[in-house]
Amino acid sequence: MSLEAARVEEKLYQNRYLVDVGKPHIVIEPHEKPSKNLLAMTTLCPAGCYVENSAGQVEITPDGCLECGTCRVLCEPSGEIRWNYPRGGYGVLFKFG
Amino acid sequence: MIEEKFDAIVVGAGMAGNAAAYTLASRGLKVLQLERGEYPGSKNVQGGILYANMLEKIVPNFREEAPLERHLVEQRFWMMSDRSHTGLQYRSDDFNEEKPNRYTIIRSQFDRWFSGEAQAKGAILIKETTVTELISDAYGKVIGVTTDRRGGTIFADVVVIAEGVNGLLGTRAGLREPPKAEQVALAVKEMHFLPRETIEARFNLHGDEGVVIEAAGTVSNGMTGMGFVYTNKESVSVGFGCLVADFAESTATPYGLLENFKKHPSIAPLLEGSEVKEYAAHLIPEGGYKAVPQLFGDGWVVVGDAAQLNNAIHREGSNLAMTSGRLAAETIFQIKSRREKMTKENLSAYKKALEESFVMKDLKKYKDMPALLHTQAKNYFVAYPTLVSNAMENFLRVDGTPKIEKEKATIRSFVRERSWSGLFGDAWRLARAWR
Repeated sequence: MSLEAARVEEKLYQNRYLVDVGKPHIVIEPHEKPSKNLLAMTTLCPAGCYVENSAGQVEITPDGCLECGTCRVLCEPSGEIRWNYPRGGYGVLFKFG
Repeated sequence: MIEEKFDAIVVGAGMAGNAAAYTLASRGLKVLQLERGEYPGSKNVQGGILYANMLEKIVPNFREEAPLERHLVEQRFWMMSDRSHTGLQYRSDDFNEEKPNRYTIIRSQFDRWFSGEAQAKGAILIKETTVTELISDAYGKVIGVTTDRRGGTIFADVVVIAEGVNGLLGTRAGLREPPKAEQVALAVKEMHFLPRETIEARFNLHGDEGVVIEAAGTVSNGMTGMGFVYTNKESVSVGFGCLVADFAESTATPYGLLENFKKHPSIAPLLEGSEVKEYAAHLIPEGGYKAVPQLFGDGWVVVGDAAQLNNAIHREGSNLAMTSGRLAAETIFQIKSRREKMTKENLSAYKKALEESFVMKDLKKYKDMPALLHTQAKNYFVAYPTLVSNAMENFLRVDGTPKIEKEKATIRSFVRERSWSGLFGDAWRLARAWR
């Protein structure tokens, strides 16, 4: 794990979440090669949810998602990702906001 | 399924949604408010500063009960280079007034209070419920919403869409486009806790006085962006944001930029020894006047961040949100009192009211600013902060160089970097966009 990735993981430990197990609210469509925007999410996602695997494809684990919507702005228009709000009551639960 | 039909459904319990729900309910309308969070505020993120004037117009005596942090007596604007900052600072004891003008707030606490006030006026709140779709009739008029609850279809005469910057409902229904990468900034923020006395000593504050630091410069790596430090009672909100379009072209991470900002020699001593209790991220509408979408239609209005109503230059958003929520609600109340229908034509009065208010007037004033700062980011965020820092150091460092030579060196450095025509052009462009 890179130093930066370790750093963001540490930040996410401060937060409260209620994860809707088995129902990820963001899904990446299967792809051979990610677009420039999708690849950019590996550095741009503020929760570090996006990672590039060894085959060069981008994967997501949205458990730590802060629901900012940046990936939706960059990757939804091209159809590469599907973005929904988590079910009511689930997802990040800001204590201060 | 809720059989009852409502006068209005408000989607979202942020600033705009709460202002709308409160205003509608206090005028006797039957209002249902839907919020996807565990409680109002649990999904909402802001710096955050509250502007009292716009809340007073909705809840006149809010100061008696609202959870407020500190009233602001001082503003620091910092132009940052890597190791310095050049500041413009304003502090006045006149801000220590009976009814202060600006306060810091913590959104999860504030929103819970504001929503409670709306409920006290009669609004019905359903939490932990995500609205999934707008329902329209055969003529395209919005007549209600569906939610993620079983049988969760609810009808109303009008739907107030207060779903925030990343709103899915309105874009999916084709009422507006989703925001574009150059129209939104991504900001990340941490809550740093420190003892009250430490905050007051470090920031030169007495009692509930507060200070705001807003900083821009080389800390954003040449992107259009800025950092901030806001004092709360027992915590300090520290954040950093840049345009999403700039981030997409860069390899910088948002948390990496925040860490660099926190480590800056002008910021680090302010945070030393603090305990971080939360890390948040949020989009901020930055597109200004030209990004404001269609605001009304048959059976619907859109308010707040969802409508891009944010003044990025003055860092004002929550007051535009509250005012738009109030004006939309007043329009709906007037239509209702005339016993007329919530048609597109009748609801157009909402846009007219917004245009007559500071909301659209302010956005119009700065309509060219977002594009200017975006296209000239390297100049305004790297070149000038570095030049100004060097000029200040040259001015202050006493080393036996005659002053006339120091001045010449400073002027030469500016001309070398930007040329005379570049300097005048930058000043002209900035002045014209500000006008």
